[in-house]
Amino acid sequence: MAASITTEDIGKCYRIGHETNRRYPTLRDGLVDGLRSLVSRRRSDIETFWALRGVSIEIPEGQKVGIIGRNGAGKSTLLKLLSRITQPTEGRIRLRGRVVSLLEVGTGFHPELTGRENIFLNGAILGMKRREIERKFDEIVAFAGVEKFLDTPVKRYSSGMYVRLAFAVASHLEADVLLVDEVLAVGDMAFQKKCVGRMDDLASKGRTVVIVSHNMQAISHFCERVLTLADGKVVADGVAKDVIAQYVASQYTGSSNVFSESVGDDGARRSGTARFKSIRLLDRSNGSAAAVPMGDSLEIEVVVESPVELGDCSIGVGISDELGRRVATLTSLMLTGYYLALDASTDNVFVFSVASLPLLEGTYHVSLFLVASQKDYLDRVEHAASFNVVPQDVYGKGRIPARGQGTVFLNADFLARGGEAK
Amino acid sequence: MSNSLPELTIEAGRGERHYWQDLWRYRELLYFLAWRDVKVRYKQTLVGVAWVVVRPLLMMAVLTLVFHRIAGMREASGVPYALMVLAGLLPWQFFSATLAESGNSLVGNAQIISKIYFPRILVPISTLVAGLVDFAVTLLLLIPLMAWYGQWPDWTLLLLPAMALVGALVTLGVGISLAALNVQYRDVRFVIPFIVQFGLYVTPVGFRAGEVPDDWRWLFDLNPMVGVVEGFRWCLLGGYPPPSTTALLGSVTVGVVMFAFGVRHFRRVENTFADVI
Repeated sequence: MAASITTEDIGKCYRIGHETNRRYPTLRDGLVDGLRSLVSRRRSDIETFWALRGVSIEIPEGQKVGIIGRNGAGKSTLLKLLSRITQPTEGRIRLRGRVVSLLEVGTGFHPELTGRENIFLNGAILGMKRREIERKFDEIVAFAGVEKFLDTPVKRYSSGMYVRLAFAVASHLEADVLLVDEVLAVGDMAFQKKCVGRMDDLASKGRTVVIVSHNMQAISHFCERVLTLADGKVVADGVAKDVIAQYVASQYTGSSNVFSESVGDDGARRSGTARFKSIRLLDRSNGSAAAVPMGDSLEIEVVVESPVELGDCSIGVGISDELGRRVATLTSLMLTGYYLALDASTDNVFVFSVASLPLLEGTYHVSLFLVASQKDYLDRVEHAASFNVVPQDVYGKGRIPARGQGTVFLNADFLARGGEAK
Repeated sequence: MSNSLPELTIEAGRGERHYWQDLWRYRELLYFLAWRDVKVRYKQTLVGVAWVVVRPLLMMAVLTLVFHRIAGMREASGVPYALMVLAGLLPWQFFSATLAESGNSLVGNAQIISKIYFPRILVPISTLVAGLVDFAVTLLLLIPLMAWYGQWPDWTLLLLPAMALVGALVTLGVGISLAALNVQYRDVRFVIPFIVQFGLYVTPVGFRAGEVPDDWRWLFDLNPMVGVVEGFRWCLLGGYPPPSTTALLGSVTVGVVMFAFGVRHFRRVENTFADVI
């Protein structure tokens, strides 16, 4: 069978200038840089960053392919190249058939327009002909369940209705190749089921589908083949179940780590500013927290190195589960109410202390971020460390909440109330 | 059946070979984008669509008051001053409004541009199409006013479409260039209101081109809108003197050059919009 998508050695290169102070280049900068480049050929202050390089894949017609990998591995860039939103810096892409991309639900929805108007607008933006939209109009409305609100501006919609309508339009597209980014995780449970059903429908009609997701369950349910990307390259490619298992196993990074200058996997790392040097996860007895019993304490110790004194910073810690879902976020600003000042030192040591960890059994990953005055990321380390939570009889009755019963356990009581209500 | 599927090759560093074909395929989107802009423009306004009528009339009244009554400028060959101003406002408002809208259009639609593919040039073009609505309304306003003043058009009315085309070329050329520049250099945001304000004084909207001293005419005629504005009056108002050849030639030349430059520049940078926007 012919290939729907073929890529030959594609790569995408982004420039990262050292523009810590300016967000947008201004015309003046453009003119000055232009003049400067006339005088000297070299523009030493521009660094390049390959978000994707040397990727050659072939996807046969009708195949369902999942793409997984850490944040910044190049998944979204690949999808953007395939959907023609941006052009490759090198290489060649060949596409067969009508390609439709769903990188976001509700692209181009205008809050002031009514549901009816937005169906047409959104459909046109997604590449549908007006006739096609008219033909499917009733079907779309019924799927979204917004009949009563068709002539209400969508800014008055609840977020659930909004998302339902948006997904309804998108999923009624006639495409030969469908590129999807994380849109499966929208709406309430009932609607999610409907979405998955609809996706199955599309799939069974022999469409080629490429999905990017952190949701391993969805990927393994839907895809027969999975690609893992890391640092802009394909590092694994094969049967979905095997690749996912391999990927999940590779996520465990140990409970303490020292970061090299190049560890950042998302290009956020820059020399010359503050950066994370190391992380240690400590348990109750200050030993390494390779296995923390449920409900026990956990300390996250980070060392930050800064070449200069820095005020107005905040350090953050994100904890995610095996499927990449964020479970909790802690920031120094949130916990103390103050911005942090960093000394010009190689050892600014900080500790996040959690007295009782309410997580169920499983493997969790810690990511770190350092923010200056609420907007600029100075440093970011995904998967800085991992820890395992092991079962412990937290309720003291010999019955332990199991993994399938949620993500967290709650400190709770159960009692009978006296009186007639009994 | 599978052999009939269209094929597409994207190669690094090469413009799309299907560019113009794509533009045609997405023509309905052009209509929808323009329709959205028109629909949204007057939502949550008190007077609503009446603005389309009120704005040009107010402008006409103010400009007539300032230039005719206060500055004492005279009308030409018996054409009523207010009519002359309104006929001049017709292309000028189209130009200034489209410029203001299109300059910011790409940045304003950043959300869509970074999430989906379509020929990007449709975005600034759609602002021009949306501007046509106001243009048509002002044109309709002119009819009862002309009847009221007893002013009739000449055979030159037949040349109006050609004149409108020149005006559209100039507008689109400048608009597309500014829109593309604005993606990278947000300075453009500050330049546009300046062009629009300044332009009202160096374009004969509130006065006739004939008021400009002969020594300065050549410089004045370099402004591409001079030929367009004077041309519109000549086409619409019988007896109004034709625009000078230099002004007309200037408009056509600048229009074509700006348009060609705008489209070329736009095509060169449009593939990177999603990366820098």
